[in-house]
Amino acid sequence: MTDTAFEAVIGLEVHVELKTKTKIFCNCITEFGGEPNTHVCPVCLGLPGVLPVLNKAVVDFAIKAGLALNCQIAEFSKFDRKNYYYPDLPKNFQTSQYDLPICTQGYLDIEVNGVEKRVGITRIHMEEDAGKLIHGGETISTSGYSLVDYNRTGVPLLEIVSEPDLRSPEEARAYLEKLKGILEYTEVSDCKMQEGSLRCDANISVMPKGSKVFGTRTEIKNLNSFRALERALAYEIERQISVIQDQGTVVQETRTWDEGKGLTLPLRSKEEAHDYRYFPEPDLVPLVISREWVEDIKRTLPELPQARKERLIKEHGLPAYDAAIITGSKAMADYFDACVGLYPEAKTISNWLMGDLIRLLNAEDQDIRECKIRPEMLVQMLKLMDKGTISGKIAKVVFEEMFQTGKDPEQIVKEKGLVQISDQGEIAAMVEQVIAANPKSVEDYKAGKEKAIGFLVGQVMKLSKGKANPGMVNELLKEKMKGDR
Amino acid sequence: MELYEKTAHDLHALLNKKEISAEELTKSVYERVEQVEDKIQAFVMTIEKDQALKKARAVDELLSRGERLQPLAGIPLALKDNMCTKGVATTCSSKILKNFVPPYDATVTEKMAAANTILVGKVNMDEFAMGSSTESSAFLTTKNPWDLNCVPGGSSGGSAAAVAADEVVFALGSDTGGSIRQPAAFCEVVGLKPTYGLVSRYGLIAYASSLDQIGPITKDVTDCALVLNAIAGHDPKDSTSVKIDIPDYREYLTGEIKGMKIGIPREYFGEGLEAGVKEAVLTAVRELEKLGAEVDEVSMPHTEYALPAYYLIASAEASSNLARYDGVRYGYRAENAADIITMFKKSRSEGFGPEVKRRIMLGTYALSSGYYDAYYLKALKVRTLVKQDFDQVFEKYDLLVAPTSPTVAFKCGEKGDDPLAMYLMDVCTIPVNLAGIPAISLPCGFSHGLPVGLQIMGKAFEEGSILRAAYAYEQSAGITSLKPKLTGEVA
Repeated sequence: MTDTAFEAVIGLEVHVELKTKTKIFCNCITEFGGEPNTHVCPVCLGLPGVLPVLNKAVVDFAIKAGLALNCQIAEFSKFDRKNYYYPDLPKNFQTSQYDLPICTQGYLDIEVNGVEKRVGITRIHMEEDAGKLIHGGETISTSGYSLVDYNRTGVPLLEIVSEPDLRSPEEARAYLEKLKGILEYTEVSDCKMQEGSLRCDANISVMPKGSKVFGTRTEIKNLNSFRALERALAYEIERQISVIQDQGTVVQETRTWDEGKGLTLPLRSKEEAHDYRYFPEPDLVPLVISREWVEDIKRTLPELPQARKERLIKEHGLPAYDAAIITGSKAMADYFDACVGLYPEAKTISNWLMGDLIRLLNAEDQDIRECKIRPEMLVQMLKLMDKGTISGKIAKVVFEEMFQTGKDPEQIVKEKGLVQISDQGEIAAMVEQVIAANPKSVEDYKAGKEKAIGFLVGQVMKLSKGKANPGMVNELLKEKMKGDR
Repeated sequence: MELYEKTAHDLHALLNKKEISAEELTKSVYERVEQVEDKIQAFVMTIEKDQALKKARAVDELLSRGERLQPLAGIPLALKDNMCTKGVATTCSSKILKNFVPPYDATVTEKMAAANTILVGKVNMDEFAMGSSTESSAFLTTKNPWDLNCVPGGSSGGSAAAVAADEVVFALGSDTGGSIRQPAAFCEVVGLKPTYGLVSRYGLIAYASSLDQIGPITKDVTDCALVLNAIAGHDPKDSTSVKIDIPDYREYLTGEIKGMKIGIPREYFGEGLEAGVKEAVLTAVRELEKLGAEVDEVSMPHTEYALPAYYLIASAEASSNLARYDGVRYGYRAENAADIITMFKKSRSEGFGPEVKRRIMLGTYALSSGYYDAYYLKALKVRTLVKQDFDQVFEKYDLLVAPTSPTVAFKCGEKGDDPLAMYLMDVCTIPVNLAGIPAISLPCGFSHGLPVGLQIMGKAFEEGSILRAAYAYEQSAGITSLKPKLTGEVA
């Protein structure tokens, strides 16, 4: 924040699509993609006369997420209709939950710059997703026609609403990352932001630092990546502060994040806000959740990120920093566990994951679940290093090649002729050559400048195109220069 | 007596004895429709005769193989046009659904097919079941067979008129605030609104979801029990349908009602009740007493609030249920709309009739922020009080008996400009829907030459007790042999 006299107040509303096999109120599959309007039936199309039947798995998943987020699970819950007109909504109302959501009063602990903070979770409720509009032109109002795909209609969603406990874009990001991790761990959602299975809206206001009274808030929509969330919040904080500093007032409104322009734009004012006319869904009976049901779900909860992090520290001696990053996503932690099962040097594995692997994944915007380097391939490569077949430097080349091609490391080493040179004679010849070409460095070394040997080793490695065994090079150089020292 | 005049149970006996064939019966019914439909105008559409005859011959095939027929096999029926029929237009008598052909069957449609009945057609109704005279249909005005100048009642006016005029042997109707019972009373037939949750609503185009219920409209009480047997029962596609064991309702048709405790709610005999209706109903009460029932006057103090509560709750649900008719996916779409909002507005403005619009506006208002507590929420509280009235009297009484409607059938157009006068026609039937309990209307005489309906209300899921009393009365009073003349002159 540019102006330290102000403080931001942020709350997030996160929608996640649940990974149930079928939709929330019918038997259509939830699978992403598919030809438009092929995963539909009279019920999810809202044809005249149809009735919803609640998918029990959706309730199971909601309870699971609620337990993982430390929520109270309601004994009595119900569905309500949220009424508004939009062509992606076949009934022109969304079946959702209003005053009696399934989960309430949860929390999530986050850590930013080494400071721990507890963020309250107000509520989690279940609802149905809407369809997808494809416009003939730019927007619905400027297009000659719009098409609608109802495949996504009725895919179950959880809406997870945080308390306004977040105070900076960094905290908001940390909260969303942690939340995503937990939802992945519990396997209730894929949380693929690119495919829209995790979507985020933010409520944000600013107030003088230390104030107890929140400022007027705006709601920002369309935050579809961590980067968008952080940038949009940073932009909006500055915008609101400058409005206040110019003696203006922040208007309560809904704004949208324009990723390309890097700014938030007004979408609709408070006056234009919908009156959703919520009322109890008469086609569904209230949901009574027995404590046995909750206990049954509790038994299926997997190890959550916090517990897993502590286990990695305790069992494998990883530094807390490494453990936190690796357990940040369930897939990464599973990957780590798979490697450690085959190769016990946990820190070595952690270094590769946190260094080269994450760098390459980020560069290619790839999910680790799609990574071509399987755990056994990484382990094979590490064993080649141990045997001295390749050097650490060559390993980096092999690693990148595995990432791009998915070929196994031995094959890459063979094809590219990357086998380490450990032949005494061959290395000795190169050492002679380097000594002869660098008399100044040799003299420095002999005069007691130990550092000079590093330069000479580098020259030999360069000459061998990185293939010479660095240990042997070092030894031979010292030996050759020893006599004269 | 012509075949088309007979009851389902009589026809069933004749079919099983092979004295008649289903084909003959179906032909007889189609001829009757041809003769009288011009006068009655009950049908929104009729199924091709050949198609119906094909089904009838399939039933005859079963007979010739020596199989015993199910009780309704080969019996021609009509469905109210708010019950979805796969491949057959289902309009709710609304312009907005004029071209809507459902790709699926309602559960009751499936059950009727499974019972080997013969569907003759889809019958007229008030648009989206909103009305008490069938005059709000966008397509045609159905006439009362007892006086063609009068309405058949509503909203299941097509169902009741078609049965009364012998165009079908029985029909299914739906009842949200009296829409089965009131037209049954006006047309001198039997109509039952089952307990909410007894019959699946899947495929019934919703008016007010928490009140709608499908039920039989038949020529006598025995047929009513037979049809109820065929349509009652849990449906996994309807979360509000109840999982209970369904008895054979015929077992209640014993004629024996000695010792049954019957309450007569004072509030149903108040202001606005036609003298002839009152007399006919009280005569019927004396008949029940004669048969051995114990009769007392009872009080249900919240009855007068039921009507306003109903119009708020039903309209609120309707405003949401009918939101889907927007011209995007099916049904009527206005031409030349410049943008999506205009398309919504024009399609709905042009597609819905005035009564439907009135209720959508009323319901939207009642649910709006700032008004919700004063209207919708208050109406729900009244609903609870109305239900408590019933719970209290049913602690002491098995049944309640009252008029079905405060008047006999009124003239077409008589109440057209006065929605409130029309709404008051439902004053005796609405409390039952709010409480979710079952009630029947059966003929109990005439006033000014027009039929009067006797309403018998019972405890939730005790349709059996209602049928028992109704059957005993019907057998003892013996009114059902009368037939309407299908003229404009009243006897």
